[in-house]
Amino acid sequence: MSHHIIQADNLKYKYPDGRQALNGVTFRITHGESVGIVGANGAGKSTLLMHLAGVLFPDEGEIRIGEVPLTRKTLPLIRQRVGMVFQDPDDQLFMTTVYDDVAFGPRNYKLPEEEVEKRVISSLDTVGILHLKDRPPYKLSGGEKRAAAIATVLAMNPDILVMDEPTSSLDPKSRRRLITLLQGFTHTKIIATHDLDMVFELCERTIVLKDGRVITDGPTEKILCDAELMEECGLELPLGLLGCPVCNAKKTI
Amino acid sequence: MSNPVESLYNIRLLDELAEKKSIIHNVHPLMKVLTTGAYLLVTVSFNKYQLSNMLPLVFYPVIVMSLADIPAIPIFKRVLPALPLITGIGLFNLLYDKSPVLVLPWITIPGGWVSFLSILIKGFLTILAALILIATTGMTKIALALRIMRIPGVFIIQLLLTYRYIAVLLEEAGRIVRAYSLRSAGEKGIKFRDWGPLTGHLLIRSIERAQRVYRSMCCRGFAGEYHTGREKGINTGDILYFAGWSISFLIIRYFNIPAMIGWLMMGVRR
Ligand SMILES: Nc1ncnc2c1ncn2[C@@H]1O[C@H](COP(=O)(O)OP(=O)(O)OP(=O)(O)O)[C@@H](O)[C@H]1O
Ligand SMILES: [Mg+2]
Repeated sequence: MSHHIIQADNLKYKYPDGRQALNGVTFRITHGESVGIVGANGAGKSTLLMHLAGVLFPDEGEIRIGEVPLTRKTLPLIRQRVGMVFQDPDDQLFMTTVYDDVAFGPRNYKLPEEEVEKRVISSLDTVGILHLKDRPPYKLSGGEKRAAAIATVLAMNPDILVMDEPTSSLDPKSRRRLITLLQGFTHTKIIATHDLDMVFELCERTIVLKDGRVITDGPTEKILCDAELMEECGLELPLGLLGCPVCNAKKTI
Repeated sequence: MSNPVESLYNIRLLDELAEKKSIIHNVHPLMKVLTTGAYLLVTVSFNKYQLSNMLPLVFYPVIVMSLADIPAIPIFKRVLPALPLITGIGLFNLLYDKSPVLVLPWITIPGGWVSFLSILIKGFLTILAALILIATTGMTKIALALRIMRIPGVFIIQLLLTYRYIAVLLEEAGRIVRAYSLRSAGEKGIKFRDWGPLTGHLLIRSIERAQRVYRSMCCRGFAGEYHTGREKGINTGDILYFAGWSISFLIIRYFNIPAMIGWLMMGVRR
């Protein structure tokens, strides 16, 4: 299924204040791949993801989703396929109840109300906050907001899931639930995160960004275990790979 | 705006009230918008000396609020910020208009007082009616009604986003004030010299935030229309609601009911 391929070609983007956030990013992600995007604060992860969702447009270079180049004209088509979870859930929740917020997307695509309801219930259930459906989103805790924001995207049934820091501010159990959920999601996933252990579990491939450039791009095990490379990019080895802090026994993979 | 976070809850209170269920909430939004429109027109159309004629207009907000189970005090509080403005406008009447006016058959007072009071009441009632409309209908459904009335989409989006933007602005203001007060070593309020940078900061932050919210709406297929789901049709009850109120407003407009009641009582006494 070639239509889930994402191809970025020499993307460059400068913020209006002159900050060059992307400086020639190139990669190709094929159908069903699950890719972790890592890098220090300010490396350009969020900026890159916003390009993939068609929120920002590159100054130079091109993005193709399937065979379709991402332009303002093809935007509605692309947005239906790419679901994006933003870094700050507050940006994503704006209706008066969690239910209406999750229903916002499906309703925009004019689905019949029964189908909307089915989708809303199932996506809220998936992220484990079905009991919060009638609450106003701005009265939820940080983690609950995060879960609601993820549900809003799941309800759109996207082919490609783009997530910016999905596990930040989730408690361990919700984090685990999300990871299991994402493991079950067979479509293409692109996840920008500082949660290297999640990348290790979830993504077979990792792209490391630094100062708006791709430093390396390859199999996760090889990259995340490269202590020198990790250090250079302002990261460190995933906890799962470090020895036990108590008994100091080194783990092997 | 002494406590932005609190005002935020206040502004959202209207949204929460709009989620309630009652006979009034059930009326089709279009009919409620039209009824409110009729009410505003009739209220504004009274001339400034017809103080006693317009008193029965008070019944509309009272009846709707009690049927819709909307708490009076928070709504009244929300009218207050506009009152200084109205008072300012009305004040000149006190100074310039000294001609005696017959209020009730047995009372005359300077015309300025009458017109001042009537401007105050008109202002209060119109704002109250608008707030009641929002609290019983909700902004998204009002937008739906406007759409049915063929108002151009641009204006409707403008209205919706402005309404959202107020919440965003207050939220950002709340965060800034909180961050400021945590680091201002127990000082009360915000120092005058910090007002400039803080407001500039607030403006930029809220614009950026509004932009991000708008982007995320676009990402979920927002194309300029809110869909509220479960959009029900207009039935006879809805039309009767509108017709009933309109007729009552017209009666209030063209007959001086308090005077009639007055005459009636005098007649009985005689
Ligand atoms: N709205 C903006 N205006 C100007 N510059 C920006 C803006 N947003 C981000 N930047 C700059 O662009 C660069 C990349 O930012 P980006 O948000 O993509 O980083 P990130 O990798 O997501 O970081 P983090 O891990 O902290 O989320 C940063 O140097 C940042 O200062
Ligand atoms: Mg980021």
